This record gives sequence, C-alpha cells and structure tokens, in this order.
Amino acid sequence: MKAPAFAYVKPASLPEAFELLQHPNAKILAGGQSLIPSLNMRLSSPELLVDITGLPGLSEIKVLNGFVRIGTLVTHTRIEQSPEIKKHIPLLAQAVPHIAHAAIRNRGTIGGSLALADPAAEYPACAVALEAVFILKNKTTERRVKAEQFFKGLFETDLKPGEILTAAEFPVAGKSDRSVFLELTRRQGDYAIIGLAVHNSNFVYFGAGSMPVVAKNASSKKTLKEAKAALAKDLNPPADLYHSSATKLHLAGVLLERAWNMLTT
Amino acid sequence: MGKAELPLHAPGTKLDRGYIGQSVPRPNAQRLLQGRGSYVDDLRFPRLAHVVFYRSPHAHAKIKRLDFSKGLKSEGVIAILDGRAVAEYCTPWVGVLAHLKGIKSPPQHAIAIERACWQGEAVAAVVAETRAQAEDALGLIEAEWEELPAVIDMQESLEGKKIIHKEFADNICFSRQHDTGGVDEAFAAADVVVEETFEFGRHTGVCLEGRAILADYNAAEHSLTVYHSTQAPHMMQDIFSRHLGIPEASVRVIARDVGGSFGIKVHVYPDEMATAALSVMLRRPVKFVADRLESFATDIHAREHKVKIKMAVSRTGEILAFDLDDLSAIGPYSVYPRTSGIEGNQVVNLTGGPYKHRKYRAKLNVVFTNKNVTCQYRAVGHPIAVALTEGIVDKAAAKLGMDPAEFRRKNLIPDDAYPYTFPSGIKFERLSHHQTLNKLLDLMSYKKLREEQEVLRKQNIFRGIGLAAMIEVTNPSPAFYGVGGARISAQDGATLRLEPTGMVTVMCSVTEQGQGTEGIFAQIAASAVGVSMDKVRVITGDTGVTPYGGGTWASRGAGIGGEAVLLAGRALRSNMLEIASKILNLEKETLDIGNNAIIGKLTQEKKMPLEELGRVAYFRPDTLPMDFQAELTVTRHYTPRQYGFTFTNGIQASLVEVDPDTGFVKLLKHWCVEDSGTVINPMLVDEQLRGGVVQGIGAALFEECLYSPEGQLLNGSMADYLVPMSGEMPDIICAHVETPTLQSQLGAKGVGEAGTAGAPGAVMNAINDALAPLNARVTAMPFTPERILRALAKA
Ligand SMILES: Cc1cc2nc3c(=O)[nH]c(=O)nc-3n(C[C@H](O)[C@H](O)[C@H](O)COP(=O)(O)OP(=O)(O)OC[C@H]3O[C@@H](n4cnc5c(N)ncnc54)[C@H](O)[C@@H]3O)c2cc1C
Repeated sequence: MKAPAFAYVKPASLPEAFELLQHPNAKILAGGQSLIPSLNMRLSSPELLVDITGLPGLSEIKVLNGFVRIGTLVTHTRIEQSPEIKKHIPLLAQAVPHIAHAAIRNRGTIGGSLALADPAAEYPACAVALEAVFILKNKTTERRVKAEQFFKGLFETDLKPGEILTAAEFPVAGKSDRSVFLELTRRQGDYAIIGLAVHNSNFVYFGAGSMPVVAKNASSKKTLKEAKAALAKDLNPPADLYHSSATKLHLAGVLLERAWNMLTT
Repeated sequence: MGKAELPLHAPGTKLDRGYIGQSVPRPNAQRLLQGRGSYVDDLRFPRLAHVVFYRSPHAHAKIKRLDFSKGLKSEGVIAILDGRAVAEYCTPWVGVLAHLKGIKSPPQHAIAIERACWQGEAVAAVVAETRAQAEDALGLIEAEWEELPAVIDMQESLEGKKIIHKEFADNICFSRQHDTGGVDEAFAAADVVVEETFEFGRHTGVCLEGRAILADYNAAEHSLTVYHSTQAPHMMQDIFSRHLGIPEASVRVIARDVGGSFGIKVHVYPDEMATAALSVMLRRPVKFVADRLESFATDIHAREHKVKIKMAVSRTGEILAFDLDDLSAIGPYSVYPRTSGIEGNQVVNLTGGPYKHRKYRAKLNVVFTNKNVTCQYRAVGHPIAVALTEGIVDKAAAKLGMDPAEFRRKNLIPDDAYPYTFPSGIKFERLSHHQTLNKLLDLMSYKKLREEQEVLRKQNIFRGIGLAAMIEVTNPSPAFYGVGGARISAQDGATLRLEPTGMVTVMCSVTEQGQGTEGIFAQIAASAVGVSMDKVRVITGDTGVTPYGGGTWASRGAGIGGEAVLLAGRALRSNMLEIASKILNLEKETLDIGNNAIIGKLTQEKKMPLEELGRVAYFRPDTLPMDFQAELTVTRHYTPRQYGFTFTNGIQASLVEVDPDTGFVKLLKHWCVEDSGTVINPMLVDEQLRGGVVQGIGAALFEECLYSPEGQLLNGSMADYLVPMSGEMPDIICAHVETPTLQSQLGAKGVGEAGTAGAPGAVMNAINDALAPLNARVTAMPFTPERILRALAKA
C-alpha cells in the first residue's frame, strides 16, 4: 500500500493553482482524507497533486445577508465548532458529528467532501436539502451551481477539468424553518447505511442511490402512511455488503417515520 | 505444593505475597507510549531489500504463464521469483499431527507452484530497494491463468463432487466421532428434546501491527537472524532451520515489540518463509510487512462452522445428553505446524462443558475450500462450543418455562465434584461454576434486571439478558501438540541473574505481545527474590538469549512462564542467602531478603544491601571460603503434567436492547466473572478479559470475512470489515473467584482467551431474549441488522 510516484505542488495563489491544473493528469488535494487512501490502494495514479490548502481566502465562514458562505477549505471540525453554523445552519451542525472520526474531521474539508460526491456522505444530502449554491471557479470565470444540479451521479459532479470549488452558500435558517438529521450506521463514524436530511419539505436521502435522492413523492403526502407508501417510488437503494436493497428501503421508511414524528411534534 | 507456599516474604510482614495480586503498572507501557517501541518495521539495516508478493486473483487456478520481463526492468528491482525458484531454498511442509487421527493435507510451498488455491495466495515474489518500487514492479507482472473449479461452500465441499486436491479422494481434511454410548437411549427417555442449527461466520484477528518479518542471512557464517513479529520464537527457529537447511544453533529469532497477535502470529506463513528464503538466496537482509489489504486476504481466518446440536432434558430440567454435528471449513491447506483440525476438535472436546450430563455424542467434519486458510485464533473453538451449549440451554429453559439462571444452577457441575472427568474425556482439576454464577447474579442485580425488563417490554422497549457459562483450556501440557509430533514446546524456562549492583535480570521464553507478560514476570521475580520492581529487568523474545520454550499461546504465559520465573526466583533467593551467610558469618536460616537488602529473618533489621552482596560475589570472591562458589545465575523450567489442560471456568452476562424497527442491537452492559486461579495483576487480568470480550462481541455483531460465490474476498479492508470500536462497546464489569491450580506453586491459570470464549454466546442469548416476545430468533453470527430484520420478517 504505497502510492505510485507523483509530483506535488502547493501553490500560493489561485491563478497559480489554475495554471497547474492545466496539466492533463493533475488532481486537487485538499484534506487528503479520501484522495490519499485511494492513491495508497493504487486506485488512481495522478501525475501531479495540486495541494490547495495554502490558497488564501478559501477558509472562511462568513455570515452575509441571508446566507452563510463556507470556504472550501473549512474543515469538518471547524464546522462542528462554529457557533455561526450552529445558529444559522442547524442541519449542518447536526450532520457533522456523524462524519468519520475526530482525526479525520480535523483534516477533511467541506469542499473535498462535496467535490468527491460520495453517495453515502452527509454534506451533499444536507446541501441539497438546504438548497445550497456552490461557487465554481476556473482560470477565467466563476459560476454558481445549485446543489441539486451539482451532483450528477456516482462520484460524479458538475465540476469541469481545471475548475475549483471555492465555496458553498447556505441560506440562513429562519424562525419557522424546521430540520431533522438522521442516519443509521452500525458503528459511530462509518458512512451511513442510509440517512435522511430534512429541511422543511425537502426530504433528502443519502446512502440511497448513486447521489443524494430527493424523496419528492413521499414529501408531498399529507399523512405519514401515504408518505411511507410512496417512498418506493422515490428510492431504489442499491444493496451494500451487509444490507439488501429491500432492507435499505425498509430502513428508509423507518427514518421517514422518525423524521415525520419529530417534525410534527 | 499449593498456594500455601505463596508467601514470598518472611511470614508476618505486610508484603506477604509481594507484588502478587497487585495492579502494578507494566514497566514497558511508558516506553511504548513514548513511541520508543521497536517493532520489525522500525528496524533499519544497510542493504535492506523489500519484498512484496504477486497474489492469485482467482480462488482456484492453474498458473499457465508468469512473465516478469517488464517488472525486472522497473527501477530498483533486485529480483522477481516464482515458486520453483524459491523452492530451491525452502522445502515444503505438511500441516498434520499424529494425534489427530487421519488428518491430511497436501504439501504446501512458500510460493505456490503451478496452481493457486485461494485468492491471495502468493505466486511470485518481487524484491526491490524500496517497498514502493517493489509495488511498482508488481503492477508490471503479466500472468496467464486457467481457472479451475472452485469449492467455496462447505456443504458442497463435504459432498465432494468437485475435489480440490487431486491426490485425495475427498475434500475432508479431518473427521472425528465421539460417543459415550447411551445417547439414543437418553433421547428416547427425555421429556423434552431441543434442537437448533447455529452458524458462525469466518472472521480474523485484526492485529494493530500486521505480520512482519526481517530476515538477515549471513553467508560468511551460514547463519540466519530473523526479526519477527511472532508469538513463538523457538518454534520458528526450529522451522527456519529445518526448511532452509541451516543448523538450528545458527538460526536466531528475535521478537522485539509485537503489536498484538491473538493467535494470528503463531503459524507458518508461506510469504514469511519465502522472505527468509529470499534472504538466503540474495545474501542480504529482506523485509516483508503485510499491509492491511494483505492481512485480510492472508492472515489466518478462523471459525466458519455450521453446527447442529440436540439436547435431551428431563421434565424437571436436568440435562441428560448432547448430540452434536459440526461442519467446518478451513481453506485449501491445514496450517503448519499446528494444523487446522484443532478448532473443530475443541468444539467436540468442550461442548456442554460446564454441565453434569453423562451422555454425549459428537461428529466433526473439517473440509477444504478455496478460501484463505483458517487456524487457531484467540479462544480456538471455545466461542463456538460456548455459544452452542448456552444457546441450546436457553432454548430448553424457555421450553420448560424455567429461568435461565436457575436452569444453569440445576445443571452446573457441583463445586465439590472435583477432580472430574467430562464425557468428552477431558479432566477438570477444580472448577467453581456455582461460585461464579452466584457472584455474577449478584454483581448484575439479576432479579432487578428481570423486573425492569418486564416493565420496559410493556413500553415496547425490548431488552434482553443473556448468560454464558464456560470452561476454558489454559496452560496446556504436551498433550496439546507435542504428543502429535509437533516440535512445539509445552515447557518454558526462566533464567534469573543477580547483577553486581543488586539488580535482577529475568530472561524468559514466554514472549510479550502487548498483554503485559513482562510486567507480571517482573512482579513475580521481584516478589520471589525480595527486591522492588524497579530493580528488575525482563528480557523476552530472543532465542539467542532466553531459555528454550513455547512462547505465547493457549493462555499459557502466566501459568507456565510465570511458574518458571517463580521457581528460578526462589532458587536465586536461596543462593543469595547462601552467599550472605558466608559474608556475614551467620546461619542461612536466620537470614532473609527484603527491601533490596539482606535482613534478619526475625528482627527484619537490615544486615547488608544487595549491591554489597553483588560486589563481594563478583569482585571479591577471594574473601569467601576457599571451597565456596557463588551461583548468581539460575535457570528453572516448568511443564504442567498432571492434567492435559488446566481448565478454568467463568460466566458472562450481556444486557442488550434490540430496536425491532432497525434490527440494531445496542450493547448496554456486560459482566464477566472469571476463575483464573491466582490473579497476579488484577488490572492486567481485567484488561485481558475486557479486550477478549470486545473481540467476542466483534464475532457476535460485526466481524465476518465475506466471500463471493466465486471465492473473492469482498470486504478485505478496514472500511468494509467491521472491527468492534469503542463507541459501541458497553461497560464491561469484571469480578473474580480464585481457585488456584495445585499443580504449580504460583497457582495461576490462564485468562487470555476467556473474554472471547464467552462473549458471543452471552450476546446471542441476550438478543434472543430481547426478541422472544416478538417470536423471533437468530442463530447465525454475526447478528447484523439485516439478519435480525429477517428474523422479524421485516426484510
Ligand atoms: C475512515 C474514514 C471515514 C470517513 N467517514 C466519512 C463519513 O462518514 N462521511 C463523510 O462524508 N466522509 C467520510 N470520510 C471522508 C472525509 O469526510 C473526507 O475528508 C472527505 O470526503 C474529502 O475531503 P478532503 O478534504 O479530505 O478531500 P481530498 O481527499 O483531498 O479530496 C477528495 C476529492 O475531492 C477533490 N477535491 C478536493 N477539494 C476540491 C475542490 N475544492 N474543488 C474541486 N475538487 C476538489 C479531490 O481532487 C479528490 O478527488 C471518511 C474518511 C475516512 C478516511
């Protein structure tokens, strides 16, 4: 388990980073908590790693007018400890302790997690539920993409070669907004068997498909019974090593019921 | 001589037992915690080469062609070799023992020749200047395979339609039948017969430090020094010597710090033998460190049993007979030199162990499959025997409407019935089932828990209480391996040396794996000689230095190695008093040793510091009588012989809550009352129990090596193979009954495997107790949410 040889550069500015990313086989390195294991297991072999952790201006949590902007390099631990996030994005605050373990949270970044787009990860589902907007930059332009449009498939996003995800913007939760975060893991810190991030009427599952799955049918129903019955139309969760698809669907129903009961009490 | 001999200091002093029975912190903990441990991978050698292995991607396949040409051109590569080339330097082995009648296994090579029999078996070795370069070259090897029919399922293997090894007529490695007679009659006469089939998943013992070996051949001397993460240095010395053709005295095996072993590191691994052979071949030091992915695919696995068990019971709740049929799969080879027949054999020996029935019949079939090999892992066979027995006992109690604790009380062998011969033929010196049961029920407030359980059930909270009584093999005599022809030592030795400064150096053949063996040897030595702990240094794990011995396995370190240290310590003390009497011109009988000094036996007054004794004995022996020679180095050996095994007993309890919606099991609490004889260090004993319980919980809830129908390991990584983690573990409450063995003066039995032996059965019974009102029951470990939901008809 030794990574194949690669070149490593840690640019000091965004333009420099964009320049380096022109290299055809370059890869962005953020917290390294997903990328480095995949290199060590020789699952990928980039020629150049562009370490973005030295770039200025990407590590802030800023409360702006009606939204919070989280820089791509903000670590899971900082999100966990931020009073602003606790106050303004309670769903994210609830989700973050479920991500891995303290040592990994100290290094892993929100941008890395969103860019990786693991279907069982917490942030992508929260971002979709919260209708977050992502800021993507390349050498010349900046564009804004809605979370729901950003996730395209299994480990697949709207990010184009040479682009860096620089920040995510989350709307500030209002007084009447309600959110619930639930996930099932056999061991604390594991990726979810299945999980549910709810913000108002957005019910978003993770670990339930190739990307965050919005339970549109279920969430449009008036009663829990109807909602549970409609769930099979929304989800067809893939089996994992330990759970069949049917079991995951059953567990999705259990989470739906728990979230529903929490929201209505 | 019994425990009465234990007073290691002058009678009447407070230090009666010295450090025995005290929770002294282990001296090596500081060093390890400060990062100054010295594991194999920490060693630096000039001209060190690194080896990695090209492993079969198929469960069963013929090697049609291996092409190393591209790899050989890769940077830093020293050699790439196939099985034939390595076989020139290392002879094959066969994992059979004479006392397991009929056991068979084909010859196994360090590197497979012609055919690979499991996914992960090494078929080529790549040696390079660095590990990364070796891995680069690995990717350039080209192989052509012809896939052969693979036998993955053990039932299919037993049926024998596809034969794995052509030289055999079937796939049966070993089988055994045991019958006391009268079993059918007992079942015919029984009021109640309970029956169940239990399944035990294949799992492995994930060591913090993976397997590691650094072999350094010296061509000038035709000698080999092996730095090895191993439990049994002398056993490995013998094996390297015989299979590499180097005189035994020229092979030295050194086990410095070992980061956990659990039975994983007491076997002969082909890739480790190949590493030693490569060092000879290339005449330079060669290192192999199994990475985590290799560990999952090639460290021995264990368990994988499917067992049908039947029990006959009278209306009043007396167990009359057991009838057992165990099928177990071990992979394509019986592992050398201990064989893979032992686990099944233990299931036959131990099932029903705590109880007083007299009729017993058992059938065992151990079959080959095309998966990784299995062999002895912590608590060998015990978790299976205990879970079977305790699972069926609970079922019978439920059927009779009896409380499970009362049912056990009725059937446990009485505490005054010893010595006792169990229907499987094993003998118990002295056990304390009833004392441990009573203590456990007290400790856990059993009655109150049952009441609380009733109340909570009405609120749809499903808690369960599970008990598991057990017996455990410890301190094995030569009956375990030696009688079968294995060159595995059941004896151990200790050398104690008084240094001129009054320090005591202990050299013992039992090894330290992180469990604190060296700590208890220091306690015993200090107590036996009469010095304080800080005056003792312990050296283990070096065949060039310590007496010959078996090492660490089968819960034997404290009971056997500890006794050798005690005997040597007493002999050294006597020799020291002899010298003191000459120096002081006083009768030996009037002197004693205490607080690092020669003292008056009656007055306790200090006569002479030990460094003075050392000074005279080593530097001024001219002042001693002409015909007197001081002997300040003594060696003693110990082998348990009166009993085949020094059995211990204990009982565990688990309290769980099952969520019937998710199938999740929450572990609320766990209790363990154990009788391991003399407790030398309560803190270390409790930590052994707790660690063992956690590994047992792993088997019950989390751990399983999953294979596809084609024989591909599906979860061979830390992300996918679920080891138990602290967040999910309950508080584990330990308590003890002390029934010292009278075979030794120390009286210590073993404790290293007790936790692992009992926990799976206790957890299983707790889950089934929780599920009882829902009419569901689970019998296949591990109890995943999926399996529990299926039992509840929700998945
Ligand atoms: C044992 C373990 C358990 C874990 N458990 C969980 C869990 O339960 N839930 C969970 O969500 N995660 C989990 N993780 C993953 C962890 O959260 C990672 O930190 C995260 O997925 C990736 O963040 P990173 O900063 O480490 O990114 P890196 O590993 O550095 O990069 C990940 C990928 O994203 C790309 N990338 C990174 N930053 C950017 C950017 N700004 N723009 C464009 N592309 C970028 C990289 O090129 C790479 O492909 C676990 C990890 C480990 C090791």
